[in-house]
Amino acid sequence: MDFSLSSEHQMTQRMVQTFTQKEILPVIKEYDRKQEPIPFALKRLGELGILGICFPVRYGGQGMDFLSLGLACEELEAADTSLRVAMSVHVGLCGLTLLQWGSEEQKQNFLIPLASGKKLGCGVFTEPGMGSDVASMLTSAKREGNSYILNGEKMWISLASKADLALVTVRTNPASSRLSNGLSSFIIELDTPGITRGDIHGKLGVRAGSTGWINFQDVRIPVENRIGQEGEGFTITMSAFDHGRYTVASGATGIVRAALEASVRYAKERTAFGKTIASHQLIQEKIARMSQDYEIARLLYLQAGWLMNQGVRSTRETSFAKKFATEASFRAADAIQIHGAYGYSDEYDVERYFRNARGAIIYEGSSEIQTIIQAGYALGDRQEKPLRCELPAYDPVLWQNCE
Amino acid sequence: MKIVACIKQVPDSAAKVVVENRHISWGDAPLVINPWDEFSVEAALQLKEKHGGTVTVISVGGENEKEAIKHALAMGADDAILITDPVLTGLDTQAIAQVLASAIQKIGGVDVAFFGRQAIDNDSGLTPSQTARLLNWPALTLAAVITFDGIRLKVERSTEEGRQAVSANLPVVVSLVKDYGEPRYPSFMGIRKASRAEVPAWSLANLGISAPASVISWPDIMNPPSREVVCEIISGSSPDEIASVLANKILGEKVL
Amino acid sequence: MKTWVYIDHFKGQALPASWEAIGAGKNLGTVTAVIFGQNVEPLAKEAFEQGADEVLLVDDASLLDYRAEAFCASLSKLVAATSPDVILFPTTTRGREIAAMAAIDLKTGVMVDVTAIDLQGDRIVVTRPIYAGKLFCKETCSSNPQIVTLRGRAFLKPKAQAGRTGTLTKASPAMGEADIKSKVEGYSTSESGVSLIDANVIVSGGRGVSNNPSLIPPPGLDEKQAEIWRAQQGFTLVKNLASTLGAAVGASRAAVDAGYVPYSHQVGQTGKVVSPDLYIANGISGAIQHLAGMRTSKVIVAINKDPDAPIFKVARYGVVGDLFQILPALTKAFKQSLGK
Repeated sequence: MDFSLSSEHQMTQRMVQTFTQKEILPVIKEYDRKQEPIPFALKRLGELGILGICFPVRYGGQGMDFLSLGLACEELEAADTSLRVAMSVHVGLCGLTLLQWGSEEQKQNFLIPLASGKKLGCGVFTEPGMGSDVASMLTSAKREGNSYILNGEKMWISLASKADLALVTVRTNPASSRLSNGLSSFIIELDTPGITRGDIHGKLGVRAGSTGWINFQDVRIPVENRIGQEGEGFTITMSAFDHGRYTVASGATGIVRAALEASVRYAKERTAFGKTIASHQLIQEKIARMSQDYEIARLLYLQAGWLMNQGVRSTRETSFAKKFATEASFRAADAIQIHGAYGYSDEYDVERYFRNARGAIIYEGSSEIQTIIQAGYALGDRQEKPLRCELPAYDPVLWQNCE
Repeated sequence: MKIVACIKQVPDSAAKVVVENRHISWGDAPLVINPWDEFSVEAALQLKEKHGGTVTVISVGGENEKEAIKHALAMGADDAILITDPVLTGLDTQAIAQVLASAIQKIGGVDVAFFGRQAIDNDSGLTPSQTARLLNWPALTLAAVITFDGIRLKVERSTEEGRQAVSANLPVVVSLVKDYGEPRYPSFMGIRKASRAEVPAWSLANLGISAPASVISWPDIMNPPSREVVCEIISGSSPDEIASVLANKILGEKVL
Repeated sequence: MKTWVYIDHFKGQALPASWEAIGAGKNLGTVTAVIFGQNVEPLAKEAFEQGADEVLLVDDASLLDYRAEAFCASLSKLVAATSPDVILFPTTTRGREIAAMAAIDLKTGVMVDVTAIDLQGDRIVVTRPIYAGKLFCKETCSSNPQIVTLRGRAFLKPKAQAGRTGTLTKASPAMGEADIKSKVEGYSTSESGVSLIDANVIVSGGRGVSNNPSLIPPPGLDEKQAEIWRAQQGFTLVKNLASTLGAAVGASRAAVDAGYVPYSHQVGQTGKVVSPDLYIANGISGAIQHLAGMRTSKVIVAINKDPDAPIFKVARYGVVGDLFQILPALTKAFKQSLGK
């Protein structure tokens, strides 16, 4: 069993790290304080191909694999969560779901601009009254001839005001036997008449990110934009969450690492009681725990990414990775304790890691939902039927070919 | 245009470098492309993009010292050559220059040979000029700006007084300074190409030369001396008097 | 030992490091200053006054502007004819290059940017920094001539003796203009300011820079604005000294936080880590967060009105006083000594 990263993977990780060190780290504190996105960040992610890292070249992507996606997310979030959130929604929720469930025509029309970074995508599921209970969503889509008319409100949507395209799940059948069977998913252009959107401020963390709401008022969407069949929306949404969850897991691993590195640096400088605090065992305990957590989180997400490469459904492994890494990243708030009063000030980065980390335990499938999923697998209660559409396995030849 | 960039593999600039018993070590810091060489590869790529041709990188090193080469390929260099031979260790700059000059001649038809200003391990900054001398090519060193009108290559050299514009017909040797502009990141396509690239290895036999002799040797290598600082407080009867004494003391430290 | 010293100059103005090289050469034996250029005979007079015993002068139109191959060829030809034991260069852009290329012609080596020279029999053993000064090595060259470039300010300039003279020999250049492949097309000044990371000299200001009680802010400013105004006046003093010394401007976190100066100037644990040859800290107390960013500076100078400020523990020189008086006086003193 070869646990080492290939030369390609190492170079990918180094390239993304160089980018964040040169262009993001010098300015992130300023924008986090202002609660504004870094103006050039998304554009640069597009220009460097990071927004299309794991899509086939013939769909406008860079032809790298899912491990590369994870490694890129780890590096991006080690700099700031806002960058990884963009990847989660653009690549995870929107792009990869299109790759898995979209028709060839939809991939040509929508995946190519997304993967090439020309258009930004997001995932639209959550509503003011609904988060974990996806099946109970209220936003409706009524079939009228060759269109659907959408009405309703979506909330807590990352890149709501910045994205061009959205993968949206809505209720098409209010009278279905089971709530979850009445949902359908669409790929929607966010400049369609009737769509309004706005930003939400005042978040505890991810302040350099863009989170918002999207309102649909009699929005007419062509039937060609429906992904898959009517009634498949719930299943499609669960696929979307798997992809997003993988990026959250790999990203949170980056926070653990960043907190660990900051703590090691500080502990070796600061002295108390005649020696560096790194020589004191209670500080060593925190650092040991962070370093162990980093190893575990890393191995878990790499395993999930490897399964994705094989074309094997990895809901269970991704759930382990997401729950563990996000909770570990919040635990890595021990870094604040190590920094003492300085950790409590935004002069140092560790309080930002703490605030950013807290969100991931809530979104993309809360820790509670992950627990239910994992128990379901362990008890044998989760009967997984093969999906009508699977995420394609990574095939370097096929994915790097232009035709 | 046939363009060559000579690059070196060095320990990462953030590495903690220590010496024990004349053995230099850098812990687990990675070996990377010499940062100055990223600028020369960038200049080579820009010249190729404007005027057509190929960019070949050359590196002298051990069999497995391919990180620098891979980075250059990932930036977009077309191909690479690793010059490796067991006798090529501990060479001084004029010996390395002999190896590089032979390689450039063996490639044949080279129009421009790019170098970074210096390598961050030896910090000598001699190799570009020495290679140029051996090739008997004009050396247009410390270039911050490079232009080529199809006949003459002109550079603006970065000197103590500002910029000196110098031009020459091809072939030329050019070395780069940071003012040239930020080198590009490797692209993903470049990363894939670089990982798969077959890098031919040339030995001295391939170059048709015998082992060049080094004349410089290192009798000793030391860690920097630790400094105990005793602060001297400067006082005086007026700010001007204090300032005058302080200024002289500072000048006496030879730091200005 | 017969030592030649290459006198680096620009348009007839010698670089002071050239005289330091004469100083180093005097410690080894007789010194012959080598001067190339056009209309540079006045430099010969200076060289004698700085201690040269002989001067070798090549004065020719082809050498008006520096061109590596022309200067190198002339030097190599002269060396081949006379065989000095040692050739010293200042480590300037031109000095380093001529040394490099002459070494190829003469089949010898160059020991670059050395900070100390030791003579052991007939061999020079130098000390020089490697790995950006993280390590030092002793170097020696087995062939002749032994060529060395000297780090600036590491060797003492001799005391000039007005009226001192010596033997002046004139020689011809080795290359005719027609054979020189490169053409100099002009000169310009470069725009770039000094970046903190690369700067050899940094002048920094901290919170203390804003507390000048004698400054009356213009009317109409509220308390916060008045504080910023005062700080900016204080930083002007910092910037004046910096510009006199060709230095970069740094700041402590307190100054950045308070809005006196942009974050890009911050030196410290959460700002930039710098290691200049000279760091002048004004109104900076020296808390560990700032020290971590500049502690490895070669020479630290602190100006602070608090005699107990921790900065004095790492400073080589300190002034306990009013920086609003000391800074302008220091700027004036340097302007005089540096001839500006």
